[in-house]
Amino acid sequence: MDYLPYLRKDKFPHIWCEGCGDGIALKAILRAINNLGLDKDKIAMVSGIGCSSRTPGYVDFNTLHTTHGRAIAFATGLKLARPELTVLVISGDGDATAIGGNHLIHAARRNINLTVLLYNNHIYGMTGGQVSPTTPMGDFATTAPYGGMENNFDIAGLTIAAGASFVARSTVYHAKALERMIEAAIKKNGFSLVEIMSPCPTAYGKINKKGLPKDLVLNQKTQAVNLEKSKTMSAEDLRGRIITGILADREIPEYVNTYDKIMSSAQRR
Amino acid sequence: MNQKARVIINEIWCKGCEICVDICPRKVLVMQDFVAKVDDIDQCTGCMMCELLCPDFAIVVHPAEKSKKSITE
Amino acid sequence: MNSRTFMMQGNIAVAEGAIDAGCRFFAGYPITPSSEIAEHLSKKLPEIGGRFIQMEDEIAAMGAVIGASLGGLKSLTATSGPGFSLKQENIGYASMTEVPVVIVNVMRGGPSTGLPTLPAQGDVMQARWGTHGDHPIITLVPASVRESYDMTVQAFNMSEKYRVPVIILLDEIIGHVYEKVTLPDPLTLELVKRKKPEMAPDDYLPYINDESMIPPMANFGDGYRYHVTGLVHDETGFPTNDTAKIEAMLTRLNTKLDKYQDEIIQVEETDTDDAKIGIVTYGSSARSSRFAQRQAREAGIPVGMLRIQTLWPFPIQAIHEFSKKLSHIIVPELNLGQIAHEVEHAVRGNAEVLRVNKITGEPINPEEIILKIKECV
Repeated sequence: MDYLPYLRKDKFPHIWCEGCGDGIALKAILRAINNLGLDKDKIAMVSGIGCSSRTPGYVDFNTLHTTHGRAIAFATGLKLARPELTVLVISGDGDATAIGGNHLIHAARRNINLTVLLYNNHIYGMTGGQVSPTTPMGDFATTAPYGGMENNFDIAGLTIAAGASFVARSTVYHAKALERMIEAAIKKNGFSLVEIMSPCPTAYGKINKKGLPKDLVLNQKTQAVNLEKSKTMSAEDLRGRIITGILADREIPEYVNTYDKIMSSAQRR
Repeated sequence: MNQKARVIINEIWCKGCEICVDICPRKVLVMQDFVAKVDDIDQCTGCMMCELLCPDFAIVVHPAEKSKKSITE
Repeated sequence: MNSRTFMMQGNIAVAEGAIDAGCRFFAGYPITPSSEIAEHLSKKLPEIGGRFIQMEDEIAAMGAVIGASLGGLKSLTATSGPGFSLKQENIGYASMTEVPVVIVNVMRGGPSTGLPTLPAQGDVMQARWGTHGDHPIITLVPASVRESYDMTVQAFNMSEKYRVPVIILLDEIIGHVYEKVTLPDPLTLELVKRKKPEMAPDDYLPYINDESMIPPMANFGDGYRYHVTGLVHDETGFPTNDTAKIEAMLTRLNTKLDKYQDEIIQVEETDTDDAKIGIVTYGSSARSSRFAQRQAREAGIPVGMLRIQTLWPFPIQAIHEFSKKLSHIIVPELNLGQIAHEVEHAVRGNAEVLRVNKITGEPINPEEIILKIKECV
């Protein structure tokens, strides 16, 4: 596919590091958008702060780079004002689950038709490698010099419990599967989340001795295990693995639709 | 007559991560002067893995095309 | 034509003013003493095809109103002290990205949880500098129910015209008092909408530095695909580290309102021509002050009053002029002298500035002001 029509070419080469998964994730997003034949004028991409959140600057849509953790809140207002727009939220593990956790929970609870593409690199990359709610226990970070001592966020579990219609996870390595998941997520009329495992060789990889930049992406081939297979494996065997696939896909009334119905009846009175 | 596969690399955008070189199943690509380069285009099957996994939008693959005659040759 | 005469509460006047100004989006969070605004709009907005949402917190509410405004809707949020503090980061975002929004703060006793059901005027400085960095802001302070309505309409107009967040500061008294008002026919109101770009999308510079200093604003989804960011940006909207561009952008941002000062700054002067003692005040304290000023005049003391309607930008010129003929200026306010400080600055020593402060959650008794006036005689 020709990506150039979707890019703000004069901004390239992009700022992401050598071997960073974010560029691979973006390509999957653009392929999904291309498959769906969406009009660029009717796409809004809203992001928070972090490496993930630099994404909107590189694409030729209506782009909104907001404050740390708050992309979903801005996106909620935009979606309500312009329900005909396809509103994509690009966020990171820190942005969406630490400072932005509350907004993630409530948008999922409302089941508002947003598609959240959450780039999980297990670290706060942009600011130099501080520990994040998804840094694996024992792994190092600049603010976890003795190793992380906190349990991780089960992002999928959280959003499913909160009420999301569609939740999926993929690595960037499995680029075609990722593309299909993103396509399904955008198509879904409800709150969708795709957790994209996008490795950070610079901040996370180096301090945790994960090898060369390319190794973090290439190793995802064997790290990933699909959902069905994972159900047959023990917790011990699942340690260090990434469970991928569509984790939830259900039909739930969508928030803007519900609001519109109420609005119609209020107007009739 | 077959239209050969073409792999075009934007050397300015390429950051030299080597993912494409490693992922290629047919060793089409090599690293040279810190960027990826096409070494053996005849081996390219058009699997697109290098393009799919390039983080830098730096590699574009145009798979080989077979002309209509090739089916009976 | 329905009668437009009501016994109306200040908060409701704000909500009705918003509707009549064309506001079609509200996002907020419950907080005393502002919740009536949210409650009223939760009922009214769906009836007129508008959107109401109670967000999960104040920060989200502020984000949502900015998002909705970018989508093209005139948007409002309302809160009180603690919520106002939470909103600051996103208020700064709206100021930096020049997205029109109106924020109502019905001030209550502070600091912190403070006195939730009692009036104060302690957020006046915060309205100017609550968010970090050098940034523009407009702040209006009504002193009656009718003015709450009028200023809300004005706030939307200013916000749209100057692409700046406008804060309306009520306090618990103005927010909760009921007064008889006759509201204008909304069709007679002069309403302003953001200037839309006329050039083709390819030529659009969302933050252009032109003669007006206010760039035209395209709404998302209307064919102009541009980038909005809180990072310092250039005319194209994209982030920059170039010193010349940073200087140009931040200078335009922070001086754009100077051009329009005459339209923005409003004060109400009462008996100032021959005044020797002045009162400078705002909001509910102006009500106590007016009573005291009238009493003083009846007793033959030449007291004049300047009521600040536009708090920020501060009416430096008007107060400076006023101070030239005065020996004393009294500043009654429900805080420990936040605006008295600004008055001193504007007065530049022309008159002695005295404070009448109250922070107990009670309104200022006119007697206290009269006593102060007598001290000056």
